[in-house]
Amino acid sequence: MTDRQLASVADDLTMWAALRRHTQARIGLGRAGSALPTRHRLELQAAHAAARDAVHSPFEPEVVAAGLTGEPTVRVRSAAGDRLTYLQRPDLGRRLDDIDRAHLPGGDWDLVFVVADGLSSRAVHEHAAPMVRATTALLDPGVRVAPVILAEQARVALGDDVAHAMGAAMVVVLIGERPGMSAADSLGAYLTYAPRPGTTTDADRNCLSNIRPPLGLTYETAASKLAALMGRARELGLTGVGLKDESDSLAPPLPGPSSGALPPNPRSSNAGGAG
Amino acid sequence: MSSYTSTLGGHRYRFDSLARLLAAASPERSGDRLAGLAADSAQQRVAARWALAEVPLAQFLAEPVIPYEDDDVTRLIVDTHDLAAFAPVAGLTVGGFREWLLSEAADAAALAAVSPGLTPEMVAAVSKLMGNADLVAVARKVRVVTAFRSTIGLPGRLATRLQPNHPTDDPAGVAAALLDGLLLGSGDAVIGINPATDSPRAVRDLLELLDGVIQRYQIPTQSCVLCHVTTSVDLMERGAPVDLVFQSIAGTQAANASFGVTLGLLDEAYAAAGELNRGTVGRNALYFETGQGSALSADAHHGVDQQTVEARAYAVARRYDPLLVNTVVGFIGPEYLYDGRQILRAALEDHFCGKLLGLPMGLDICYTNHADADDDDVATMLTMLGVAGASFVICTPGGDDIMLNYQSASYHDALYLREVLGLRPAPEFEAWLDGIGLLDERGAIRDVSGTAHPLTAIGKELAA
Repeated sequence: MTDRQLASVADDLTMWAALRRHTQARIGLGRAGSALPTRHRLELQAAHAAARDAVHSPFEPEVVAAGLTGEPTVRVRSAAGDRLTYLQRPDLGRRLDDIDRAHLPGGDWDLVFVVADGLSSRAVHEHAAPMVRATTALLDPGVRVAPVILAEQARVALGDDVAHAMGAAMVVVLIGERPGMSAADSLGAYLTYAPRPGTTTDADRNCLSNIRPPLGLTYETAASKLAALMGRARELGLTGVGLKDESDSLAPPLPGPSSGALPPNPRSSNAGGAG
Repeated sequence: MSSYTSTLGGHRYRFDSLARLLAAASPERSGDRLAGLAADSAQQRVAARWALAEVPLAQFLAEPVIPYEDDDVTRLIVDTHDLAAFAPVAGLTVGGFREWLLSEAADAAALAAVSPGLTPEMVAAVSKLMGNADLVAVARKVRVVTAFRSTIGLPGRLATRLQPNHPTDDPAGVAAALLDGLLLGSGDAVIGINPATDSPRAVRDLLELLDGVIQRYQIPTQSCVLCHVTTSVDLMERGAPVDLVFQSIAGTQAANASFGVTLGLLDEAYAAAGELNRGTVGRNALYFETGQGSALSADAHHGVDQQTVEARAYAVARRYDPLLVNTVVGFIGPEYLYDGRQILRAALEDHFCGKLLGLPMGLDICYTNHADADDDDVATMLTMLGVAGASFVICTPGGDDIMLNYQSASYHDALYLREVLGLRPAPEFEAWLDGIGLLDERGAIRDVSGTAHPLTAIGKELAA
């Protein structure tokens, strides 16, 4: 290679390195013929493997329970008996196993946290307990918080079934989001006021997506947004499209798809993706 | 309502309506099982196909799968049906129609002539009797040519959508990904961004960014920021540089309502886009995305299987002479299409049905990470759809979309497909690529990494 060509290659590398500051997209990968260079092909496969493993790693409720240090927990399962059923039958993942429903502690609860494995138990193992602690710390002392429910093979709407069975006025479902290749550990938080299984819809929820410090939302930011939403939900007696997230001034720009109520277009509404 | 019967293996199977028959005849897929519409057994599925093969095509005009009075898509299908165009196949059964489609008599001209006489239910029905190779062989014969600033769908051509998405719509991030795609010869179908929000301001900023690049480098292509149709109409009224008007559509009135659209809204958008007249070589100004499962997901499928409902979305699309239509085939997730095998089958069905109904069909060949699929499935799908004559495919950097968190084809994949099948970009875009020094002596995309190229000015400015 001539000096001039070498200088061009260096120039090119510098340019792509500079451009990568602006995006995590896999740009400037180079070519082997028409295909990807070996290194990039293997990197993509590694990222896909991490995402696949996140989807299929079993939920370990004791990991979350250990992080909750002393708070009471109750373990439940959905009606989807295994992962394969869970992936193909969202209807079963939204419903409690009947035996588990009978054993839930009823009470005059204002709020119940449901920690649901969703599509990434890794996200739940890493982020659910700190989120429960951060959120609980911001609640008025008078708020009656139920034991934390740890739910296996669970979709977001399982929280409706849980809250209804326990007599809780509001539910926060903390759930592992659909893994992307650049993030396999993203936690979503879904807030629903007065949930009723079968009649509550996704439009009745508020969603915070991409809780994943340090790259995504921090626990503190997510918890303060969630606590603010809960306060407004109690005043208005509703959640969902009628309740807008007005706490944006507290938050840094979101690194993921937007928070707030879910938009109606499926191509732009994959926040969570664990519905 | 009629009932349909057949006997297989000594057992008599009965299907209580055309909709039930179509659903039972559908290849196995998780979405139909979820909806409670799938065949109970492998034998019942084949029995349904025997019964379906005997149904006269004319029966589909007599027995709408969703009642006329309940659904405006049914009304559209019935009211715009062209009986004269239907005449050559009016006497055929579904089984006979399959054989006619595969015969030499059904050449490009014959298929184009019969297209306005076909309904979505007829093409969905015949697809259920066809193997994957049948779906390729027939789709390959159909030619649908559309144009705006580039011409899409010509024989021997494959266009691509360059998709430079960014999770916060950061202009520098979008521009970096745009440069990457252009240097790999992508973008002749459209440079299309899925924005992170539907805010008109954010959409306008992205439109102006794309328009700026297209004008500065005189690229014969069109831009699209895929926002809700009402946002586009609003932005057009305010003078934003809207090339293509986008909308996600589905096959029932209720499913479209869940997207916040009606046929009336689409009529308005169609008229508004036509008035702008921003195309140079053609006037097709709409862009639609569809995908199996959206009607079920919106609880708006009326007991119709997901592939038949998908084909009905194409009846909506063809009313508006779109430049581009693509199925986002594996996007919604494994509860609708479980694995690579189901996604491939759906891709071939969607492409076949859309083309027979006269649409410029492309695909987002994709999967989510919770589906049982990988990059080999993408390669298989690309190759088959390339052979089948797909108008365009969607491409992302490295096949990884960091905004929508799913896997699609990459710019490299498109290079592969053009190379192995001898396909070329849209003619106007090919001439531009050549003019800007991106084609080698064989007409393939030159590897310009490490060389000073005029387009890298985009990157150098950003990097500075």
